[in-house]
Amino acid sequence: MLKIENLQARIDDKSILKGLNLEVKAGEVHAIMGPNGAGKSTLANIIAGKEDYEVTNGTIELNGEDINELSPEERAHNGVFLSFQYPIEIPGVSVTNFIKTAINETRKARGLEDMPAKDMLKMIREKSELLEIDRKFLSRSLNEGFSGGEKKRNEIFQMAMLEPKLAILDETDSGLDIDALRIVANGVNKLKSKDNAVIVITHYQRLLEYIIPDFVHVLYDGKIVKTGDASLALELEEKGYDWIKKELV
Amino acid sequence: MELKEKILSSYVAFENGININSDIHEIRTEALENFEKLGFPTKKLEAWKYTSLNTILKNDYSLFLNKDASVDLADVKKYFIHDIDSYKIVFIDGKYSSFLSATTHDAIDVCLMSVAFTKPKYKVVIENYFNKVAKQDNLTSLNTAFATEGAYIHIPRNVELEKPIQIINFTTGSEAATMVQPRNLIVVEENAHVQIIERHQSLTSNAVLSNVVTEVFADRYATVDYYKIQNDEENACLVDNTFIDQKSNSVVSMHTFSFGGNITRNNLNFYQNGEHIDSILKGITIIEGKQHVDHHTLVHHIEPNCESHQDYKGIFDERSTGVFNGKIIVNKEAQKTNAYQQNNNVLISDKATINAKPQLEIFANDVKCSHGCTIGQLDSDALFYMQQRGIPMKEGKALLMYAFANTVLESVKIPEVKSRITKLIANKLGVNIGFDL
Repeated sequence: MLKIENLQARIDDKSILKGLNLEVKAGEVHAIMGPNGAGKSTLANIIAGKEDYEVTNGTIELNGEDINELSPEERAHNGVFLSFQYPIEIPGVSVTNFIKTAINETRKARGLEDMPAKDMLKMIREKSELLEIDRKFLSRSLNEGFSGGEKKRNEIFQMAMLEPKLAILDETDSGLDIDALRIVANGVNKLKSKDNAVIVITHYQRLLEYIIPDFVHVLYDGKIVKTGDASLALELEEKGYDWIKKELV
Repeated sequence: MELKEKILSSYVAFENGININSDIHEIRTEALENFEKLGFPTKKLEAWKYTSLNTILKNDYSLFLNKDASVDLADVKKYFIHDIDSYKIVFIDGKYSSFLSATTHDAIDVCLMSVAFTKPKYKVVIENYFNKVAKQDNLTSLNTAFATEGAYIHIPRNVELEKPIQIINFTTGSEAATMVQPRNLIVVEENAHVQIIERHQSLTSNAVLSNVVTEVFADRYATVDYYKIQNDEENACLVDNTFIDQKSNSVVSMHTFSFGGNITRNNLNFYQNGEHIDSILKGITIIEGKQHVDHHTLVHHIEPNCESHQDYKGIFDERSTGVFNGKIIVNKEAQKTNAYQQNNNVLISDKATINAKPQLEIFANDVKCSHGCTIGQLDSDALFYMQQRGIPMKEGKALLMYAFANTVLESVKIPEVKSRITKLIANKLGVNIGFDL
């Protein structure tokens, strides 16, 4: 599904990714962990197509197609979803209207008609139940005055509605209390299938107790320096990153 | 001949068509003398530093249109808020169109200045209110000198008018250049309530100069909600001079939506003659090309315990230019005043300009006055968020602009007006988002 080879990228003159390799296959869950400033969020943003970063070398392929020249919306239309660490607020546009717009613009790009209102409503009902979202919440302005947890839950709600092939969750667990974490993780697990893939970016092991990764990668200084199974996350939780840094030296 | 000379020399002919023995005529003559002395505003005047009328004053305007122009309802229907039951006062080239209007004299008066000027039953109101709050500056004087027609609205005590009133001035462009000078008088008595929607609309690309004066009197406990929709053709210029006199406990709100036209100048003046008054001034400006919109607001806090709230949002693309000059005067006696002013601007292009100037003159010592002014670009992180959800750049920008202007939109009290404005914004931004943006 996703194949990244020797990815090097910078912002302004600061080199952030320094030859990163990652392959994610359909049906897999990958966790990316690492200390602050290692480049985790940068990687997420670059896959999603944020233009502030300059890719200086390497390739990003989605289902065999190089996506480096695609705009963020084109990548979204191809099935990339990024759950933001800091979702933005849009006063005056309700959650429902925003997601309808997102879905119908995506359908338009794929040459499909707008989703019939009846189907849309049904889907909204199903997915909001899945994430235990109150109906009243859906008519509020997008993210405006939402608590940290509400914002994250709303991100996963949008993910559920958009049904992406590749979902990247950028620190979705930060700001969540244990109940919200369970609900979000449960939602992600229910949406998982053999045809899609998830990349979970996190500092902490606790989200990975709910979303069990097939692979855990350690991102350090712009590269993936270690890959293991779910037990690696536990080890990192226990021992921190210093031992990995030492291994590298 | 220069326009000023042309106007002055046409006055004799103008007098032939009206009753020069009325008291009003003295006011007119005085106003003409005042205009003769002051002339058209130039950039040398501080208040006109950023708005030049030079180019548009070069047009050879027809001042009095004698032809009775007619328009088809089908052609102009779109300029009305038509999905709402309302009174309508419609003028075509400065002349009343009974065909397009729906007026009344039933308990309330929603009719014409030409009627109010001539019929004895209106004499007292005209004497008490006409030209009483209008400032005697250059363009207001010019309007007063030729004041004959416009909307006359009189809402008696305790009448809560359910139907809004639409005032629409069409110009047909039957002449290469047309100047019109509507004069409106709105008197809202104690505890009465009225909603008004005003629009000036050119129907061709010929040059139009509208120099409008509106006087609004809101008596004690009166409520006035006023909406101005400015979305005219590219050769239409509008100078809107509005003067609002408020008595104790009255609430007057003015929303100005400026989306089109060549030069639009809004002189909006609030005078708070009483206590516990609330004045609300809001505006959304979205322009491009070489369009120019200038908001000059004045709120004069004269007595204690009053409030004013200003919120103006501007979005400027291409080479468009904007001006916001917000003046607040707080008299020495006006203690416990709460005056708030907010002006936020987004420049979409490098070539667009905004001149923003808050002007606070505070002579009282126990007041709360705050003002904030920002000039910025659209938030690129927010745009990325939209794009990431599959919303293309253009639609994403439109959503962001809509969100930016939303604090003004959400206080619009007539739902049909709100949805019309959101549609105008969507059209303006060239998007079809699939819901009532």
